[in-house]
Amino acid sequence: MTDLTSLTIADARSKLRAKEFSATELTEAFIGNVEGGDALNAWCEKTSDLAREQAQTADARLAEGDAPSLCGIPLGIKDLFCTNGIRSQAGSNILEDFKPPYESTVTSNLWADGAVMLGKLSMDEFAMGSSNETACYGPVINPWRRKGDDTKLTPGGSSGGSSAALAASMAMATTGTDTGGSIRQPAAFTGTVGLKPTWGRVSRWGIVAFASSLDQAGPFTRTVRDSAIMLQSMASVDEKDSTSADIAVPDYEAALTGDVKGKRIGIPKEYTVDGMSAEITKFWEEGAEYLRAQGAEIVEISLPHTKYALPAYYIVSPAECSSNLARYDGVRYGKRAELAQGDGITELYEKTRAEGFGDEVKRRIMIGTYVLSAGYYDAYYTRAQKVRRLINRDFEQAFEKVDAILTPTTPSPAFGLGEKSDPLEMYLQDIFTVTVNMAGLPGISIPAGLSSDGLPLGLQLIGKAFDEANLLNTAYALETALDFTAMPEKWW
Amino acid sequence: MSVDADTVRKVAKLARIAVEDHEVEPFAQELSGILNWVEQLQEVDVTGIEPMTSAVPMRLKRREDVVTDGNRRDDILINAPDAREGFFAVPKVVE
Repeated sequence: MTDLTSLTIADARSKLRAKEFSATELTEAFIGNVEGGDALNAWCEKTSDLAREQAQTADARLAEGDAPSLCGIPLGIKDLFCTNGIRSQAGSNILEDFKPPYESTVTSNLWADGAVMLGKLSMDEFAMGSSNETACYGPVINPWRRKGDDTKLTPGGSSGGSSAALAASMAMATTGTDTGGSIRQPAAFTGTVGLKPTWGRVSRWGIVAFASSLDQAGPFTRTVRDSAIMLQSMASVDEKDSTSADIAVPDYEAALTGDVKGKRIGIPKEYTVDGMSAEITKFWEEGAEYLRAQGAEIVEISLPHTKYALPAYYIVSPAECSSNLARYDGVRYGKRAELAQGDGITELYEKTRAEGFGDEVKRRIMIGTYVLSAGYYDAYYTRAQKVRRLINRDFEQAFEKVDAILTPTTPSPAFGLGEKSDPLEMYLQDIFTVTVNMAGLPGISIPAGLSSDGLPLGLQLIGKAFDEANLLNTAYALETALDFTAMPEKWW
Repeated sequence: MSVDADTVRKVAKLARIAVEDHEVEPFAQELSGILNWVEQLQEVDVTGIEPMTSAVPMRLKRREDVVTDGNRRDDILINAPDAREGFFAVPKVVE
């Protein structure tokens, strides 16, 4: 029998329906990998018993012939998604042992379609980080290593548990969220496909908020087709999220024709930066060449405000974070600090937040508080929102000329844990991805190839708002040409 | 923009985060570093540009002003660090 844990969702779907194996057998195979993967520290909560129950239900549905695409497919869920009665901590000590009495819309959609939950996946605290090193559970280890070198590398962040678990075959797909690159960068670092949908395509209800005008959930998968299958279930029009777009969810898988003839693909000249690896430049050029060979037209474009996206993001996102994270007060849920004799309500807030938040979260709350404070609001926050408008306008003008934009996902492959200790250096990780969040657009990272030291590198495609169908199709055509099949060598 | 120790204390107070004396200086340096770096936004000509307040253009949805949820006191209190007699409990607020 083939190794069940190396299958794609699309393959498993047909084999489950053909009764080649059961959802229970598939789930057991993944539970085995989850149990054997502790060295990677990807899971913060394992839900094997629940997975077995869900697999039995899936088997019953399969037997009745009522089997949606995800029926019996074992998934991992980022800790940021609230799951009913199951610990959901957003990687933070301040949500110590928080068990929500409700289920996020995204996970509700997945379970309604028959998916199976293997557990919750570690992440940077409140999704603030690019290496998973700010997680209260300790860093996640990338299953990929440099050739002949056992240095522990980051799986990227903030959805580092999600990328590592998938790359190590501990789930068939995983969920993530992306505020500045937190799906696409970890996907690039682990040789997986990561999709950030258009802001408003996937409901944010029940997902712990970081920066509400930027946050968007999406899938990690092995293939573009699997990404289409996952998005089909995750996306919905949701009354509980007033910013969920009132646009019907199209059939994403049906859009995967692989035909890109006549499509115009933009190459933005501003995405060539100092310190970028020569290898990613080569893959970028090859990617464009592959699309040209399939009949697409390659067009050089300009996105002149690109370099200002990251500094503007580091005003807008901390501002929103300082507001969103005001709710952690030690009163309603989560942790409460030990109080001294005579301490009042202010000490309760201040001590709880000092103990509960990690350094990076504190830094961002303080930056956000500062830029929103009297006397600085216009100079920082209003100006950043104006720059955001200009970034958005760059994309609008580009999309008058092109159908999609091709860029690298990150300037370089995965780095070693502890290698980037300066916050600013870490922020630069998101240089190619953050523009897409600022403009609210969909973006997908697909594996391009391996660097000379054996690490995956990713290419990013950016699409028009709410045009995930065409974006996925272009990604599908590129994926077929790139033909990336490498998997990390098992050492854990 | 350089952030001094007093500013760190003031911002921490506004953010309701207790800061130990030995933490003030590192925070001042890190916040200064970040704020100096975002200064480059001053180069951008934003004359006549409207601030972008929504990631995609949309009109906020409206619905009938009716109760859609409720009677879930126990659910709401279930995660409270200290809940008594159906209420959240906190240190004495009013003298």
